Amino acid sequence: MVPISEVIGMASPTLTVSKIRCGTVIDHIPAGRALHVLKVLGITGREGIRIAVLMNVESKKLGHKDIVKIEGKILRPEEVSVIALIAPTATINIIRDFEVVEKRRVEVPNVVEGVIRCPNPTCITNKEREPITARFKRLSKQPLVLQCEYCGTLVSETDVLRLLGNEVSGS
Amino acid sequence: MEKANPFLGRDVVSILDFSREDLEYLFKVAEVMERFRRSKIEILKGKVIALAFFEPSTRTRMSFETAAKRLGADVIGFSSVEATSIAKGESFADTIRMLDAYADLIVVRHKFEGAAKFASEIAVNPVVNAGDGKQHHPTQAMLDLYTVKKMFGKIDGLTYAVVGDLRYGRAATSFIYGLTLFNPRKIYLVSPPLLRARPEVVEYLRKKGVPFEEVNALDEVIEEVDVIYVTRIQRERFPDPLEYEKVKGSYRITLDLLSRGKEHLKVLHPLPKVDEIDKRVDNSKYAAYFEQAANGVPVRMALLSLILGAELGKVGADL
Repeated sequence: MVPISEVIGMASPTLTVSKIRCGTVIDHIPAGRALHVLKVLGITGREGIRIAVLMNVESKKLGHKDIVKIEGKILRPEEVSVIALIAPTATINIIRDFEVVEKRRVEVPNVVEGVIRCPNPTCITNKEREPITARFKRLSKQPLVLQCEYCGTLVSETDVLRLLGNEVSGS
Repeated sequence: MEKANPFLGRDVVSILDFSREDLEYLFKVAEVMERFRRSKIEILKGKVIALAFFEPSTRTRMSFETAAKRLGADVIGFSSVEATSIAKGESFADTIRMLDAYADLIVVRHKFEGAAKFASEIAVNPVVNAGDGKQHHPTQAMLDLYTVKKMFGKIDGLTYAVVGDLRYGRAATSFIYGLTLFNPRKIYLVSPPLLRARPEVVEYLRKKGVPFEEVNALDEVIEEVDVIYVTRIQRERFPDPLEYEKVKGSYRITLDLLSRGKEHLKVLHPLPKVDEIDKRVDNSKYAAYFEQAANGVPVRMALLSLILGAELGKVGADL
């Protein structure tokens, strides 16, 4: 076991999290949003993979931050990009044989599909039994503004969190 | 040299799918079609047009049907979901697939925003949006702009007041979007605060640099405007009936108000109207809405014939 201080720079003598052999560490997540990150990645915890979620730990850059460590899963670029929806400050570390082999920054893709539903209840993407997935185009990165390609509704970062929050608490 | 038909085989989902030049091309053909308002030409003989109205309609459905029949096309379809397998639980997507197999073009109206776009992704044949929820009504905007062009000889340089339910009204939204393709002097968005234009519409006007201003009442700007576009409060789209009660009857266009405006002032309305325009306006020089409704037929004749590639030379269209 490795002291948490070695992993996240926090001076705690008791809390420890093991290093992962192979997988992904998502660092610099804004404090309190780790569960949303898992949600956008479609990770429920029932996959049988080891996951460590650290919330509200000290950070030089952010004051406080969350960290998610996922054993045995190397995130694909499209998975990395959707994290930017709710954690634009996040950094992605790809780990192989306990070493960081790649660092990536996150960026919201031009088109976001299948991650959040449209907040407009009368959007065709919310109609029951239709073979359709919500799709948004990115209008602005900072501040984040998405637009539903079907009904035109504008979606802000706050809306994204609310939509994911509802699903996190509802699942 | 003859200009290529910009509508051939195209879907019509939003007025913003088209350019100013495209609309001017359409208006030229509509002018030709005016000659055949009372006769039948056979330039779409052998074509089948499906009218899929999942939501009630009078003018739009009947003017599409009239247009199709004047062009010699056959018409199939329905005007309420009760009469279809949707009532048995069939999906919208399956209904569109079926119509796509039967018809050469599908006209669709639905209460959900984005339904026409979804239909256009499913269907191989062209889809024309006849209204999707509160979002778009592109063929209404086409005939509205055509009416302005006919009355004033131009669309540019005029001052417009779009009055009423800008939040839930798709005709108002499409008219506003349509104006952004031209150079209006200014657009006043006139509505009670609860019925303001939706954020995406306001944001679009800002992005395009169109001069506009949101105001609460028409009498603040009546002296300045050339065209007043009035809409009904879309009671059926209010999620909360109490909200409707708050704005019911909150604006009314009277002769007294209009007499304070410019001499050539015209009032448009996509109809149906309820009580937002005083009946005495109907017979005044200001009322343009009945002619506007009549223009629905030649504009839709033009649109259908262009999309389906009719031989317009046969009817003397010089493009």
